[in-house]
Amino acid sequence: MNVSILGSGLYPFGRHEGVGPIEMGVAAANDALSDAGLGWNDIQFACAGSLEVLQPDTMIKHMGLTGIPFATLYNGCATGGNLLLTAANAITAGQADVAIAVGMDKHPRGAFSVGDTLESIGLGQWYGETGLALNPQYFAMKTMRYMHDHGISEDCLNRVSAKAFRNGSLNERAWRRKQISEEEIAGSPMVCDPLRKYHFCSPSEGAVAVVLCRADIAARYTTSPVQLRADVFRTRRYGSFETLTPSTPVRWVPGPSVEASREAFEAAGVGPEDIDVIQLQDTEAGHEIMHMAECGFCADGEQEALVRDGETAIEGRMPINTDGGLLANGEPIGASGLRQVHEVCLQLRGRAGAHQVPGSPRTGFTHVYGFPGVSCVTILTSS
Amino acid sequence: MSTQRPVAEGLFTWPSEHPALLGSRCPDCGETTFPVQRGCPACPSQACEEVELGRSGTLWTWTVQHFPPPHPWTGNAREFVPFGVGYIELEDGVRVEARLTENDPSRLRIGMEMELVIETFFKNDEGEEVVTFAFRPVEA
Ligand SMILES: [Zn+2]
Repeated sequence: MNVSILGSGLYPFGRHEGVGPIEMGVAAANDALSDAGLGWNDIQFACAGSLEVLQPDTMIKHMGLTGIPFATLYNGCATGGNLLLTAANAITAGQADVAIAVGMDKHPRGAFSVGDTLESIGLGQWYGETGLALNPQYFAMKTMRYMHDHGISEDCLNRVSAKAFRNGSLNERAWRRKQISEEEIAGSPMVCDPLRKYHFCSPSEGAVAVVLCRADIAARYTTSPVQLRADVFRTRRYGSFETLTPSTPVRWVPGPSVEASREAFEAAGVGPEDIDVIQLQDTEAGHEIMHMAECGFCADGEQEALVRDGETAIEGRMPINTDGGLLANGEPIGASGLRQVHEVCLQLRGRAGAHQVPGSPRTGFTHVYGFPGVSCVTILTSS
Repeated sequence: MSTQRPVAEGLFTWPSEHPALLGSRCPDCGETTFPVQRGCPACPSQACEEVELGRSGTLWTWTVQHFPPPHPWTGNAREFVPFGVGYIELEDGVRVEARLTENDPSRLRIGMEMELVIETFFKNDEGEEVVTFAFRPVEA
């Protein structure tokens, strides 16, 4: 893709009493614009996404009513990746030279509810009434089967969470700043076997914005653009095991994360071994482990040794979720994928501070996955 | 003796001596799904036929739900008892998600034999027992 990222801005994830999601989106957009050295008048296409905000495009009244096309979309946990893709597509289609993608959300506390009626997600009401419409059950059951098939231990789950909270403690803009030991994680209450409280991320609040432009004009605005080499959006095929499904066939095919990753590597002309910094959807520790293999960074089962040996830590060979990921930042669904992009931009521009990956990383990877079986993968490089 | 009502029509045969889950089989590609739907998720067919699914299978994966689910779960959070959930692999070539009668993790294991039961999971305001399908371990 001949698209560059000029700047990014983050309204920190966490809990913000009295601050609305649109206000957070506006703050993130202004941060991204100032990072890019641009003003709202320079933006020719915008898109925004959110679960809780019905019309995130209403933020424009706080930015300037300039008449530009402003799309909104929602694709569950993959919203952020698809926002970036939509903005990039507007640029490659010649609709705009400069565009912005904004994700924002503010969720109530506690587990995500599927809403008043399951008809809105294509399921019978009975499924919710009988206590089956819960994402944590799926995360747990997929993890349970994976551990059984590939010899992953509970210690591995605990190490992944401890690593996330360690990275969060180094990131001054993370929500969870306190390190949590593997022992404390192992002793936290069981939520859905085999996953415990500290294996899960929580719904949170926050916003992220990213400003993009045509790659050939990026030098006009900045000396440190980040290149968007690939942004791939895939949905599930028949046979992949997905969340909130009353039945799944015995016939098995790889999930959307596998396909999105393969296609992204092909489009970018690089392989998993070339990636210096990795962001994966870590809704809980089990999925960080499974996504390492689904996205092509290791074979099934190799995670046990890689995690134990610290290879996924900031100083390791394949640093994963360097800003603390979802585990330390929580998940404002509309913004989460763009947080990963923001983090990779910081890393590639050498601006990540205490959680900076050593050795000047030049390539980054982001991955989101969610209901009803959707995934977005991006590959970014520093030049 | 209170009356019983299924949580939804068309999920399983009810009332019945030998209740069975109702699924769909595609006449074109042969794939089976649960619950009943006309369109096939595997091919373009729009003519899937209703079939009774097998009453037993093996536990493909499982978990135990340890916290009261949010709305629209109809249970009472104050009286919440953790419940098992699993996917049961049937000979029909489909894995069906279901509540499990067993909630003790030490008594659940991937690959164990399971059989269908109809259980009461909720008593509604009219005093009716609302029943749904579940799977229980087959005694060895
Ligand atoms: Zn078919």
